[in-house]
Amino acid sequence: MNPGYAVPAVALVVVATVLVGAFGLRMSRTTSDFYVASRTVGPRLNAAAISGEYLSAASFLGIAGLLLAQGPDMLWYPVGYTAGYLVLLLFVAAPLRRSGAYTLPDFAEARLASRPVRRLAGTFVVGVGWLYLLPQLQGAGLTLTVLTGAPDWLGGVIVAAVVTATVAAGGMRSITFVQAFQYWLKLTALLVPVLFLAAAWHADGSPRHAFEEPAAFRDQRTVRVGDRLDLKLDHPLTVTVDGTVDGRPHQDTRLTLPAGTHRIEHGTRLTFAPGTPVPAAHRAPGDALTPSHAESRGERPLYATYGLILATFLGTMGLPHVVVRFYTSPHGVAARRTTVAVLALIGAFYLLPPVYGALGRLYAPELTLTGDADAAVLLLPGRMIGGVGGDLLGALVAGGAFAAFLSTASGLTLAVAGVLTQDVLPSRGVRHFRLGTLIAMAVPLGASALVGGLPVADAVGLAFAVSASSFCPLLVLGIWWRRLTPPGAAAGMLIGGGSAFAAVAATMAGFPGTGTAHALLAWPALWSVPLGFLTMVLVSLATPGRVPVGTAAILARFHLPEELHTEVTTA
Amino acid sequence: MSGFLAGLLIAALPLLASGFWLGRRTARPTGLGGLGTPVEHATFETLHTASLAAPPLRAGLTEETARRSARRLRSLLGTDALCLADDRQVLVWDGAGAHHRAEVMERLAGPLATGRGEAFPLGCHTPDCPVRWAVVAPLTVDDRVHGALVACAPRESAVLVRAAGEVARWVSVQLELADLDASRTRLIEAEIRALRAQISPHFIFNSLAVIASFVRTDPERARELLLEFADFTRYSFRRHGDFTTLADELHAIDHYLALVRARFGDRLSVTLQVAPEVLPVALPFLCLQPLVENAVKHGLEGRTDDCRIQITAQDAGAEALVVIEDDGTGMDPVLLRRILAGEVSPSGGIGLSNVDDRLRQVYGDDHGLVIETAPGAGMKITARVPKYQPGVHSAGRPTGT
Repeated sequence: MNPGYAVPAVALVVVATVLVGAFGLRMSRTTSDFYVASRTVGPRLNAAAISGEYLSAASFLGIAGLLLAQGPDMLWYPVGYTAGYLVLLLFVAAPLRRSGAYTLPDFAEARLASRPVRRLAGTFVVGVGWLYLLPQLQGAGLTLTVLTGAPDWLGGVIVAAVVTATVAAGGMRSITFVQAFQYWLKLTALLVPVLFLAAAWHADGSPRHAFEEPAAFRDQRTVRVGDRLDLKLDHPLTVTVDGTVDGRPHQDTRLTLPAGTHRIEHGTRLTFAPGTPVPAAHRAPGDALTPSHAESRGERPLYATYGLILATFLGTMGLPHVVVRFYTSPHGVAARRTTVAVLALIGAFYLLPPVYGALGRLYAPELTLTGDADAAVLLLPGRMIGGVGGDLLGALVAGGAFAAFLSTASGLTLAVAGVLTQDVLPSRGVRHFRLGTLIAMAVPLGASALVGGLPVADAVGLAFAVSASSFCPLLVLGIWWRRLTPPGAAAGMLIGGGSAFAAVAATMAGFPGTGTAHALLAWPALWSVPLGFLTMVLVSLATPGRVPVGTAAILARFHLPEELHTEVTTA
Repeated sequence: MSGFLAGLLIAALPLLASGFWLGRRTARPTGLGGLGTPVEHATFETLHTASLAAPPLRAGLTEETARRSARRLRSLLGTDALCLADDRQVLVWDGAGAHHRAEVMERLAGPLATGRGEAFPLGCHTPDCPVRWAVVAPLTVDDRVHGALVACAPRESAVLVRAAGEVARWVSVQLELADLDASRTRLIEAEIRALRAQISPHFIFNSLAVIASFVRTDPERARELLLEFADFTRYSFRRHGDFTTLADELHAIDHYLALVRARFGDRLSVTLQVAPEVLPVALPFLCLQPLVENAVKHGLEGRTDDCRIQITAQDAGAEALVVIEDDGTGMDPVLLRRILAGEVSPSGGIGLSNVDDRLRQVYGDDHGLVIETAPGAGMKITARVPKYQPGVHSAGRPTGT
């Protein structure tokens, strides 16, 4: 890809984001448009903002990459990311808005009138936010590496610096407009290239390739192996090797490797003949986390799929940057309308990444070998169209990808920094908010240097799992069950969310490598969510004396429409 | 040789450490932690215990607060049992001999009526009951008896009578402070009510006068203004709820400015800059309109040239930042400080100090108004409103009209 086009595109996106953020306020100079300026955000604008903030690197790059690497089973990811909003719409959206809570800790305090539970919820917000920020920074690093060949860490550092600077300087004054702008930018960045790609595919004679068959090279292709990997062959493979295979050096030799496992050393170039099926690759153990995660999915596909479904369906409601946006709705009904619009917008967006995944399987199958499947979206325009047109489309996609990192990262940073400033750092004030922003970004940036290589969509899945096991019970029971008590809520969050968190940490540390235990730890939602609910219910039932005093009134406010509630309080 | 020296040093280290520790241990008793003579030490102890017992009592005399303070008070007096009672029942009995509750309550009728302390023997059939004598000291607030403190001891003691009297007087002071707190809250509630009822009579007269001036020349305009006036008064005379949303408050300001504009024409220009995220923020009812009214007054009245007012509402993390700025005559900061402190009454309207008080009352002292001004330099008023505060909810949904 030509960095001459991509770098200006990325720079343009960054500048546009900062400008919209700083100057996108509504202004009025005469009294006549006073009303326009003080009109609350409508459901459609707010929905675009929520979608813009929600569609992260995982959606923009990750889904296509997973589909390319592992086939149509991965369609559960976009389905889950979307369906999460259905659950949010049905159970949470309107009551959450009526609670008047701005963040999840606020909700905990409003519902349970307990400072310790508030602090615990704050801790989980910070944890989930960091887990979610991590893949954004990694995705940025990957994008910049693919585009310009820059070192891995540079993209993450750029995103971190831009986000920290704008957020800390108070530059995100009109974050709703920024996020709405980012949504349409992301949609355009995927939609326009996909039209050209589809045309190119059609001109190519509409080749088809069933997802069940292994991907195959359509023409002769040379692959340079970046990290040492093991090839698992079911059939003998003929390949031209320049480098080291199975410990023996070769120079442009044509080899036929027998069935079995072969170790390809770092820096080796493999040239495949047209029609050769793409062999399955495994990273050498201890090298990166990608294959073991994928492997456990391969070993127990049903368990992994259900784990994913539960995490994404129930985890969306607990994402700190999503909850904050619902506060912008003027009332409960508007919050519901907003959620419906979000479903439509996100649904429309998620039609596109699978197309990239399918085309990637046809035109860039070697990405699974090099472990850069997440880059498929970025590389396809150049690969399929080429020339200046391909470069321009590639630049558009790159700009969209950076919009994805920036929007999600700034939303998360704001949410995490808010909690840090309010509940963790000693006193309040603007200066402390800046310090909070710095901490909010520094930790995931440091962690991304330590933990590398988890596929973007998988890492986001882990954040969803923690959120589903801690905040989903708190929100659902808090809104729908009047016997919830502060000790119950605290115990449920600690045990459900805490165990999911421990599982995530174990997975990220690469322990244990394979087997049932690994599957259980890599997809914790299936056991940790019921555990969280159960603990919360049982401990609440065991402490009936601790039901907060005003529970009935609070639940009435959550569930009654605002006009009705006004009449109740006046009566 | 050097190896031997190093070994010696390592062997000596634990010895040195234990010696240091021993030295510290033996030196401590003579120093008494630097707290002076035993008498002074006892004084400090007593003051400390008293200060620990004070906070619960500051919330008034109830069963809960009595329970929380009784143990401290008993250690202050050093008696076997201590009892706090209000004028109807025993609130708490701390220590031994709780079976005397009913008897003590019976005997309290006298002291509670007269307000004079007394000591009496307790009739007890339990042989090893340590409580034989009770000393009653009444608790009085504003010369009215609110309850009594009863200290029980094995025998009659003049010292105890004296001590109980002093402690009771100290508790009475705390209760008086609690009373003061309550009346301060009532005062602020009354002020809110007052602000609502008296929404600037000048403004009402002026508005009606300006509407009257349009009735013949421009009846359509007069009708519009009357409707604005109706909308504004409906909002300000609203009865339910103490809180509103920023959007509603801005609409009220809009109506208000339409009326002011009718009176002053083009001399007034208002710029509004609002981040739409903060519009649903709940805030005390009518807490921005007085600030705008103040800006209009400073900007227009007593001057002949134009006035610019800028209203901004920004999103600042977990808070909304509302700034109202005018380029009017400004004010002497010293005078302003005295007005805000309630030392002098402002020349007109209730305005700033009331808004400041209410914001502090609702959100805590960190969230009072910040005012930057100087004579002739305009005035900039900043209010920081937390987006979420327990107990703050806007009543009703924003009128979208």
